[in-house]
Amino acid sequence: MQFFGGSEISPSPPAPTASGNNAHMLYIFNRNGVCLLYREWNRPLKTLSSLQDHKLMFGLLFSLKSLTAKMDPTSADKGNLGVPQLPGQGCSFHSFRTNTYKLSFMESPSGIKIILVTNPRTGDLRDSLKYIYNLYVEYVVKNPLYSPGNTIRCELFNTTVDQYVRGLG
Amino acid sequence: MAPAVPKSGDAIFASVDRVNSELFTLTYGAIVRQLITDLEEVEEVNKQLDQMGYNIGVRLVDEFLAKSNVSRCVDFRETAEVIAKVGFKMFLGVTASVTNWDAEGTTCSLILEDNPLVDFVELPDTCQGLYYCNILSGVVRGALEMVSMKTEVTWLRDMLKGDDVFELQVKLLKQVPEEYPYKDDE
Repeated sequence: MQFFGGSEISPSPPAPTASGNNAHMLYIFNRNGVCLLYREWNRPLKTLSSLQDHKLMFGLLFSLKSLTAKMDPTSADKGNLGVPQLPGQGCSFHSFRTNTYKLSFMESPSGIKIILVTNPRTGDLRDSLKYIYNLYVEYVVKNPLYSPGNTIRCELFNTTVDQYVRGLG
Repeated sequence: MAPAVPKSGDAIFASVDRVNSELFTLTYGAIVRQLITDLEEVEEVNKQLDQMGYNIGVRLVDEFLAKSNVSRCVDFRETAEVIAKVGFKMFLGVTASVTNWDAEGTTCSLILEDNPLVDFVELPDTCQGLYYCNILSGVVRGALEMVSMKTEVTWLRDMLKGDDVFELQVKLLKQVPEEYPYKDDE
């Protein structure tokens, strides 16, 4: 792969664990709850408008994060449930699995949230999400025509993410 | 899977693409020169450089986080160390030291003994009020704002004004907790 600076994205993408086409949807949110990117590959059932759908997903993560931090048995200093936390404070979850899908989640200290919904049998995707974050940095953040906080409209980013996620196990 | 260990500034510096430092220094000089021509007032140039730095900082922080594997910036002391040792090394090729903490731990100074921006630079008499490196203070402010730290960043010492080092004072104003961004559903 050739990038603007001619350099490879480091770390190089983790090797897929099975043959691809497992992904259902991908969301990228910024800290203000703006959905920067939404992609879907396989989503037969849709009941909500996309705006409501994004809000619901963001709300789910937000609440789940404060719940997981509240239930943390290893930390002594935690606020009451619902008290806002500093980003990176407390623990956080990285995935949950139901009988029909698996949701993997990562958040950067700058508040970028990347969510990938896949087949429930998918393995650990933490490295893959980190790789998508690296793609976001190379193709979106470094693109001078992209203004931070807006929906991503970078063709190169979209096609690269699409290719990468399709190949994921 | 073991959690990724934050990388050292040297390791990242060795792995990223670099440009020739003279090209970098001269390009920055040309920008400052053009701003002085365009804006005429030195005060305005300072402001503009700070704003440019801020705009860079809000983007730079993501590259920094992605490449350094830093996963949390909650503690201000720790954050200042990371900026000085990893951030400056990664983007400028030099490290800074952190000193002069106040009693509350909210104000500190970043000391730069070496600064690639100012090679070849001498301030003429007409520009004595110019903070030539003001872009750096903007970058630090912008990057910290993205990790929820509102700061005020000022130059205390400047080698171009005869001091022996560059001293950048970073003052933490407040840390903004993450809030639920939507109003109640209508």
